Amino acid sequence: MSLETTDIEVKEKFVELYNNNRNILRKGSTDYVNQIRDEAFQKFKKLGLPDKKNEDYKYTDIKSLFNNGLKTFLSPKNIEFNVDDIFQCDVPDLNTEVIILLNGWYYNREKQLAELPGGAVIGSFQKATEEYPELVKKHFNQYADNEKEGLVALNTAFVKDGIFLYVPKGVVIEKPIQIINLLMDDEDGLAQHRNLFILEENSQVSLVVCDHTLSTSNFLTNSVSEFFVDKNASLDFSRIQNEHNGSKQLSHLYFHQEKDSRINANTISLHGGLIRNNINVLLNGEGCENHTLGLYLTDKGQHIDNHVFIDHAKPNCTSNQLFKGVLDDYATGAFNGKVLVREDAQKTQAYQANNNILLTDDATINTKPTLIIYADDVKCSHGATVGQLDMDALFYLRSRGINEKEAKLLLMYAFAHEVIKKIKIPALQERIHELVDKRLRGELSRCNFCHMNCK
Amino acid sequence: MLNIKNLHASIEGKEILKGVSLQVNKGEIHAIMGPNGSGKSTLASVLAGKEMFEVTQGEIDYQGKDLFELSPEERASEGIFLGFQYPIEIPGVSMVNFMKTAVNEQRKHKGLNPLSSSDFLKLMREKKELVELDTGLANRSVNEGFSGGEKKRNEIFQMAMLEPKLSILDETDSGLDIDALRVVANGVNKLKSSENATIVITHYQRLLDYIVPDFVHVLYDGKIVKSGDKNLALELEEKGYDWLKKNVVVK
Repeated sequence: MSLETTDIEVKEKFVELYNNNRNILRKGSTDYVNQIRDEAFQKFKKLGLPDKKNEDYKYTDIKSLFNNGLKTFLSPKNIEFNVDDIFQCDVPDLNTEVIILLNGWYYNREKQLAELPGGAVIGSFQKATEEYPELVKKHFNQYADNEKEGLVALNTAFVKDGIFLYVPKGVVIEKPIQIINLLMDDEDGLAQHRNLFILEENSQVSLVVCDHTLSTSNFLTNSVSEFFVDKNASLDFSRIQNEHNGSKQLSHLYFHQEKDSRINANTISLHGGLIRNNINVLLNGEGCENHTLGLYLTDKGQHIDNHVFIDHAKPNCTSNQLFKGVLDDYATGAFNGKVLVREDAQKTQAYQANNNILLTDDATINTKPTLIIYADDVKCSHGATVGQLDMDALFYLRSRGINEKEAKLLLMYAFAHEVIKKIKIPALQERIHELVDKRLRGELSRCNFCHMNCK
Repeated sequence: MLNIKNLHASIEGKEILKGVSLQVNKGEIHAIMGPNGSGKSTLASVLAGKEMFEVTQGEIDYQGKDLFELSPEERASEGIFLGFQYPIEIPGVSMVNFMKTAVNEQRKHKGLNPLSSSDFLKLMREKKELVELDTGLANRSVNEGFSGGEKKRNEIFQMAMLEPKLSILDETDSGLDIDALRVVANGVNKLKSSENATIVITHYQRLLDYIVPDFVHVLYDGKIVKSGDKNLALELEEKGYDWLKKNVVVK
């Protein structure tokens, strides 16, 4: 009974917040966005937040995250900092366009939309709703699931800002675009950015997303990103989750793929108190290729939950899911990967694997790889492993003079390598190699509380 | 150099070595032969420090040190090298990274500075030639996808890189065709000096045509039941192990 009470309290809190701030929320948003907002709000009122009775959220307690008096960032806050300082933190030294979100708001208030070569546009989502209404209308909230996901409905109801990217037909953006999500405030807070990425036919782009916390306050993020990848377009998406361990992150990615499109999506989770990644892929045309990979290295009380759903709706598509994790101390985790092959989706190739190494008896992982197949001419595989380091390999390394600690590191590094080597941008791959090495050595934790001066 | 006295070792409560004594001096090559299950590989593993074996009795002195006081990595840094019967595949760890870490860890142990990348690569090139190891292999993950012969050559390559004082080669000849056997044996012979020693563990006399031992020992049922010079190996080849087994029973 007490659970029910909490549920209503948390839900009511947001209903109240919404009603009290309705004018602030609506102001500056276009009518069509506000219409979607109102609809989503009604859906949220119906759905509430998922509880542990919900099979999809069995291993992660969502409600308790919200029930702690977090401040919601309803308007952008002007915090000055030197961008160069952040670069020296953990951001790969790439030749990239740099886009910053601060607490979910587009940081550069002076220039909210920037033009890229070939007529591509990147910038503030909010600004784009005004400047590019036709584009936004066509894609915004078309791929995210507001019907079943209370968290998504909540995000949509409070939608304000985030990243907007538009790559027109045939445009290839050579330089990877780097997006940095920063959380910084002197109070605990909730950030809910909303991102929209539109890749038209034959276009191509690489995105590198880094999540950072720059102050010790406890943050909760509930973000939604929608990706529309049209015919024969190609998206390379890498993200590095490296927030401090007092922060909690819920992210929902929706990838919509049309015919012959290709997506590589890597999620590297290093730090963060609680991370829940929902990754949804719809292969909506023939000949699509999708590689969804993840690597998580956790310790102490960290909790990681990756939830992947790949929907093979059309024939002749290939999907490849690989998630690997090393859990130390008393860290906990879950992996739930589902592949659905619909009746029409003949000649599907779908592979799914989740491999885990538990370094202690107290670390736990719950893994559930699932295949649901309605077509008869397909090639699919799935599997999960949970184990320890290979003792024979460890002895082999030690017998050559490599000390035990270093030998263990080499093996963990090798385990992680399978995911890292799939990262397409060489400089980024190298940088992630370094970060993973540091993380495994426990040297990255000093960045947990970096106030931008972590040189 | 190495002095084993009355060594008893067991695994999961089952005694495998039942009182092995053996002395190896520098400059010597010892061959240990014996039928399957006699404890040859166990002896090699105990010398290298594999923890799954429990030493219940006896002592091993290595260059004035109690070997049991040393971890596997310390033994390696002190110059002990085990050539594995079944080299382990380690996907994701490149040969270069593996050897560089091993060489530099051992140098650190000796109080030396790590080798520079260029010196290291030079050393690697030199040693690769010794065992005719393909450059392609050196760029791959440790033993991953190597053929049986390549794995064994890779063991000798590592031996060449690490320049051990005492090499224990566990069935290095098993699974090798005659050409590979010659390459491996040549490598071992080239590395031999008056300062180091080698223990060759083998099933067959064949390898000893190429690596000529100073002493041959027969290990049977956890004990050395007979020792002799290289002619003992020939005698074993001719008569098999049965006549020795009979002797043991009589005794």
